[in-house]
Amino acid sequence: MQIKPILAAMRHHKAGALLVGFQIALTLAIICNALFIIQARIARVERPSGVDESRVFVIENNWADKSSYQTIGAQIGADLIALRQLGSVEDASSTNSFPLHGAGWDNYVKMRPDQIHMTTDSSVYLSDDHTLNALGVTLIAGRNFTANEVQAAQLEEGKSWPVIIISKDLAKLLFPGGDAVGKTIYVTNTNTPSTVIGVTDTLQSHMMDGDSGSFAYNAILVPVRQLSSYVYYVVRARPGQLAAAMRDAPKALFAQSRMRIIDPKDGVMSFAQVRAKAYERDYGMAILMGIVSAVLLAITAAGIVGLTSFWVGQRRRQIGIRRALGATRTDILSYFLTENMMIGVCGVVVGTLLAIGINLWMVTRFAMAHLSITYVLTAAIILLLLGQGAVLAPALRASRVPPVEATRPV
Amino acid sequence: MLGYYVDLAIRSLKRSPGLTLLMILAVGFGVAASMTTYSVFRAVSGDPIPWKSSQLYVPQIEMWGPKGHGGDGDNGDPPDAMDYTDAIALMRDHRAKYQSAMYMISPSLVPAQAGKHPINVGGHAVYNEFFPMTDAPFQYGSGWSAAEDEQRAAVAVISDKINQKLFGGANSVGKTINVDSKDYRVVGVLKPWNPQPRFYDVSNTGGFTTNDEDLFIPFLRGIDVGMANSGNTNCVETPTQSGFKGLQESSCIWMSYMVQLDDASAAKAYKSYLDGYAQEQQHAGRFSWAPNNRLRNLPQWLDAEHVVPTDTEISLLVAIGLLVVCLVNTAGLLLAKFLRRSNEIGVRRALGAPRAAIYAQFLVEAAMVGFSGGVLGLLLTGIGIHSVSWVLPKDIASLARLDRPLLLLTLLVAVVATVLAGVYPTFRAARVQPAWQLKSN
Repeated sequence: MQIKPILAAMRHHKAGALLVGFQIALTLAIICNALFIIQARIARVERPSGVDESRVFVIENNWADKSSYQTIGAQIGADLIALRQLGSVEDASSTNSFPLHGAGWDNYVKMRPDQIHMTTDSSVYLSDDHTLNALGVTLIAGRNFTANEVQAAQLEEGKSWPVIIISKDLAKLLFPGGDAVGKTIYVTNTNTPSTVIGVTDTLQSHMMDGDSGSFAYNAILVPVRQLSSYVYYVVRARPGQLAAAMRDAPKALFAQSRMRIIDPKDGVMSFAQVRAKAYERDYGMAILMGIVSAVLLAITAAGIVGLTSFWVGQRRRQIGIRRALGATRTDILSYFLTENMMIGVCGVVVGTLLAIGINLWMVTRFAMAHLSITYVLTAAIILLLLGQGAVLAPALRASRVPPVEATRPV
Repeated sequence: MLGYYVDLAIRSLKRSPGLTLLMILAVGFGVAASMTTYSVFRAVSGDPIPWKSSQLYVPQIEMWGPKGHGGDGDNGDPPDAMDYTDAIALMRDHRAKYQSAMYMISPSLVPAQAGKHPINVGGHAVYNEFFPMTDAPFQYGSGWSAAEDEQRAAVAVISDKINQKLFGGANSVGKTINVDSKDYRVVGVLKPWNPQPRFYDVSNTGGFTTNDEDLFIPFLRGIDVGMANSGNTNCVETPTQSGFKGLQESSCIWMSYMVQLDDASAAKAYKSYLDGYAQEQQHAGRFSWAPNNRLRNLPQWLDAEHVVPTDTEISLLVAIGLLVVCLVNTAGLLLAKFLRRSNEIGVRRALGAPRAAIYAQFLVEAAMVGFSGGVLGLLLTGIGIHSVSWVLPKDIASLARLDRPLLLLTLLVAVVATVLAGVYPTFRAARVQPAWQLKSN
């Protein structure tokens, strides 16, 4: 295919070619970044929580009578026994928060008592000897709590935590050398050390903010039963019995005592619902970027079809002359395809620069990650193919212009 | 003349319906996407109390010292909430026109009628000046008095929703409600009031929240009966005593604090009072560091607390990008459309039409495309705003509205943007040489 005549012809419709090229460049720049955002969100959403999600659900229980913390402690004990006795329930535990919950406690973690700045930050889950089983999390080292290690405490009490279990990722961060079991760290401000007695497999933090990314898998389990105005029950159903357990559990609790408030709407949530709520923003952003990308591609394709149709209409006579002089239909077809490809490649080159520029700006403005070149390449290929596809129909129409057109006046 | 151009434009647009439709669709989608995201952006970056936001200030005191600093994202600001000791001290000094310390409560309300279940309500324990300061709208009654604050009176202001639920919407002032097993006298019922962002307690709500504010009780009453804080508690040291009492004596932060200062000189005086207070604490040995306080007015405070979600900003930018692409697309199509009519332009010019007439004719045509695109965009924006709750979290999506200003803005953006896109094609059309066009035929 000869490039020269195409360039010569393009000189006669510079503005149109420039506009198409510019449109392709802008589309590419936006789509790369949109794809990148989509991918980042999907990666975030797909992170494992460590929880046996298909079988676990959570009950938010508020106490109607908060006058005595002693009775609350006894009531939690009775509730847990009632829950564990249900045929559909494998195990149950009380806690202040759980992975993906958003709200909860996080404590600074220090290696020495006199350290001013923290080593890292971690979720604190108030647990008992049933928590690991109720979440469906396995220990990879050390041992679980025993029933008599569990102490009852009020929210604001500054008790020390002599024994704790930490998540795998926190263990790796604090003790890169290896075995964390038996070591001590400082997680309360009382300056008393806590001994790590066990390490769990992957366990996600409750923190969902973007800026807690580096703490996302830091979790500490402490053997404390929380005495406060609310409690969460984490319940693990027997295989295949999630729905039954979710129905039975609130009934069993109300049979225990009516002086409690379990929201009929979202007081009982399966872990799938917890996950959906936790990642609501990410799903939303991914869908929104998807819609924008689809609309952009559609509009760019339609624009190329429109302009090329116009060019074909404008050049019917020239096409006729070329055909009369011996050009085949394929020649005419490939003329328009090549023309589009040339504009497309220029647009893609400019668009790549633009995409990288936008990304660099977003990195500084919104603390986003750097765009990887795969996205630019993917988007570039999509756009070039889209251009070829869009130009095909008008180009085919051009190739069907009969040679006799040469003799007709415009 | 304008009528003639409109007529010409309609004829021309009818001649190539496919191209016209394409342009209208492009403008419509572009405008709708940017207006939908703009409506969300407008909702979250809006001023919740525009008539006095510049008079409302949030004081911040450095009560943690170096312990509270370091770590990621530390910008040297003092903590964004208040501990009990300092909040009470500032309340006692009472240096602003209005001021209130406040903390979040979530007590249970036991309905008087037998057989009804207790319900959990959300609210705040506040001082009496909270109501005039925030301009909380009353349906019945009013807030309580300063004396009732001092007496730790068992009084309450309830929301319209709770009033509907407990009293069927009747004037319930003077009636009794049961909060955490204790009786409170209702002194006021608010009108439906749901300021977003929740400007008086950003540190607990993060700005936007779907939680209701059902109940307000006197601050000191809440402290007296030990009504627990249901908001965040942040500590750098563990309280030496246990329970709610221990929390009050600790340096843990769990309260919001807001003051009203009517002018700049009052704000300046208040800031120097804060610094004086911190110096006093330093002399007394409670703080071992120099004063480091902030006094931000509400807009500055919302900005400092990053109330506008980043996602919203990114979506708006992406949508504006989409609009730009749509306009470049329209510019290309208009160019094709206008230049196809070189003959017609040649004839008009040869018959004496000045360049200005050509400009007017084609810009009218562009404006008509823009207007049609705007109408379509309006329709799509309406659909977009209704379905935005599908992709965005409820607390934010529910704030987006299609009101008259947005309606007008949508049409305006569509017309202005399309006319701008039509400027270059029109310029090219007006430069058509009449002689050359006539000759080539």
